[in-house]
Amino acid sequence: MTDLSKTGAAVGEPVNAPSDAPNAFLEVRDLKVHFPTDDGLVKSVDGLSFSLEKGKTLSIVGESGSGKSVTSLAIMGLHRLGPRGKNVQMSGEIWLDGQELVNASPDDVRKLRGQQMSMIFQDPLSAMHPYYKIGDQIVEAYRVHHDVSKKVARKRAIEMLDRVGIPEPAKRVDGYPHEFSGGMRQRAMIAMALVNNPELLIADEPTTALDVTVQAQILDLIRDLQKEFGSAVVLITHDLGVVAEIADDVLVMYGGRCVERGPVDEIFETPQHPYTWGLLGSMPRIDRETSDRLIPVKGQPPSLINVPSGCAFHPRCPYADIPKGDVTRTVRPELELVPGGHWSACHLPAADRTRIWTEEIAPKL
Amino acid sequence: MSDTTKQTAAAVAPEQTSSSEEREVLLKVEGLKKHFPIKKGILQRQVAAVKAVDGIDFEVRKGETLGVVGESGCGKSTMGRVITRLQDPTGGSIHFEGQDITRLNSAGMRPLRRDIQMIFQDPYGSLNPRHTIGSIVSAPFRLQGVEPEGGVKKEVQRLLELVGLSPEHFNRYPHEFSGGQRQRIGIARALALKPKLVVADEPVSALDVSIQAQVVNLMDDLQTELGLTYVIIAHDLSVVRHVSDRVAVMYLGKIVELADSTKLYESPMHPYTKALMSAVPVPDPKRRGTKSERILLKGDVPSPISPPSGCRFHTRCWKATEICRTTEPQLIELRPGQQVACHHPENFADQAPQDTVLLSAAKEAVELVGEAVLEKSAETVAAAEAEEAAAEAPVADAEAPVASEGTPDETPEAESGDQESTPK
Repeated sequence: MTDLSKTGAAVGEPVNAPSDAPNAFLEVRDLKVHFPTDDGLVKSVDGLSFSLEKGKTLSIVGESGSGKSVTSLAIMGLHRLGPRGKNVQMSGEIWLDGQELVNASPDDVRKLRGQQMSMIFQDPLSAMHPYYKIGDQIVEAYRVHHDVSKKVARKRAIEMLDRVGIPEPAKRVDGYPHEFSGGMRQRAMIAMALVNNPELLIADEPTTALDVTVQAQILDLIRDLQKEFGSAVVLITHDLGVVAEIADDVLVMYGGRCVERGPVDEIFETPQHPYTWGLLGSMPRIDRETSDRLIPVKGQPPSLINVPSGCAFHPRCPYADIPKGDVTRTVRPELELVPGGHWSACHLPAADRTRIWTEEIAPKL
Repeated sequence: MSDTTKQTAAAVAPEQTSSSEEREVLLKVEGLKKHFPIKKGILQRQVAAVKAVDGIDFEVRKGETLGVVGESGCGKSTMGRVITRLQDPTGGSIHFEGQDITRLNSAGMRPLRRDIQMIFQDPYGSLNPRHTIGSIVSAPFRLQGVEPEGGVKKEVQRLLELVGLSPEHFNRYPHEFSGGQRQRIGIARALALKPKLVVADEPVSALDVSIQAQVVNLMDDLQTELGLTYVIIAHDLSVVRHVSDRVAVMYLGKIVELADSTKLYESPMHPYTKALMSAVPVPDPKRRGTKSERILLKGDVPSPISPPSGCRFHTRCWKATEICRTTEPQLIELRPGQQVACHHPENFADQAPQDTVLLSAAKEAVELVGEAVLEKSAETVAAAEAEEAAAEAPVADAEAPVASEGTPDETPEAESGDQESTPK
């Protein structure tokens, strides 16, 4: 288990320009997703790069509005849909198994969607059509990509429902979404997402709406299915407990950009970015005595229309004054390799970072 | 283990008072029930009832924080709404400061609304979008006909500052605020009339972690400053551990365990509490390998329309025996400050040691109980029994042999459980 995370497949160097097909299974390069609105340009994702190998899990963490979900929708090509799809400004590259997606035609992306990549949403009740039977929805997802009869597809649907642990699948296949409990509905949606054996599975807050006991079941299920199918998983969450449980690599997003990324052990043991410290400090922990106060990140998440200049985190960062001059307010920090072997975008000198983490932050966690 | 001495003391005198019990009781709930009728047909006859809250007893003492946890559908929110009398109880009684408020009508409740306030989960839904913040926070003064010193506006601005907002926000509308700020507005409104009891239903679950920490700290500060008493209902066990002095764990409309926060989290006695806590992901990747500590409950909570007989948890419990199916365990104080409703508690002497183990059904309901968990549980139970036997011997000779006989009985049970646990 540990050597998997050490090899750290998702932690390639940040790639800037070249546009030849990469080796990694999924590679995102300098992705930008901007939405023009009446109030201004919303820069939801502003220059994000990462890569991911098959069989690995990458967790994207961050507050609401940090661009996590927009990233996943961009990979799925879902922004182009709908009446406002034409307005979205997307640039950069997304490579999935040697195929570029940002500039691909909508038809090509549609062929991949559901087949090679699929997605699990946070709220299964709104992600499933309330009017159609669960089975029929899974059958549809299967028949779009496979030229088979309804009967064969139905058999496949029952098989999948059985695989995700729904009791009496042959009976439940004819049930409607409202007849399922929250956990069962989430399982049914996972069955629908996996019916075509996708190689990339994006899970956007798959367990946020669920109870802890059900959450543990679903995380186990995702882990088992990943082992079985060897898929790459992108898990979007704000719960660092879930991250520690399931991820090989972690990417921390803030204000549409990556502020830190690396193997999961590194991020939890020697995090280098003050925002990551903030996330770890704000979390009440069940395995610790309660005496101390939480250390919240002060202030509010930034507006994506007016992202603060320089380091986007500087208005909330308690250490913004340590670097000399006003570099934190004027220069945007780039991702740099830090001692220990992961990437962090921060102006703090490495020595100060290590000192603050080991002396001030870590003892309080 | 200073617990050992306390424990033996408890066996002799279970009514012994601990420090927190010396505080005055603010709210006393006895046998509280809330059933929602299910009606069918033209005549709308009642065919069944959803037993959301089905007989719970607890006390809230002045100045403390009582946390209430449980899965969705366990009745914790209904409980919150009934004790604040937003909904009428079906049975049982609620005493607030010694006064019976169970059957008070809305006019009778009005003066008490000043003392009992509620903070809601959804900061978007609980504020009227057409009212300014000023009018929302000053509503309690208007309704209660209270004229604070220096005028309503000044008081509202003071409250806004108290919860970390700016007084200039007085004329703004809810949509201009972020989720965390809205939750602060809800808190300001709840605190306007200096209540004695604040019932908070999932106060932070809609917020981001960093904002969640701000609100948790704020509630903490306000409690110290204003001497508030909280009942905090939440599904996040980490948050509840952080804020609570005592914690009640609910399952299907019943309290299964009610204990001091530290005791509950360090040595939970009800198997459900244990399972619930083991399911919480710990933010430490190093502990990922230690899956054997995990108890994975299969399936969902049974329907509250027809809850299982006996102990309601027996259909999902790996320790269930015949008695669990037939007899409902009472909530008894087994250790000072720790009340449990279970026939076979963890970390304590078995209450029905010689009972036949329930086969198949219950065991299948638990997908995975790590061997380590079972071994450890068998050990602690055996140890506790031995201690208890030793302590009780001089007091009640008759009981001692029963307890010590329980020890060998425990082993086959643990073994049969082992066979069911499939290593993954």
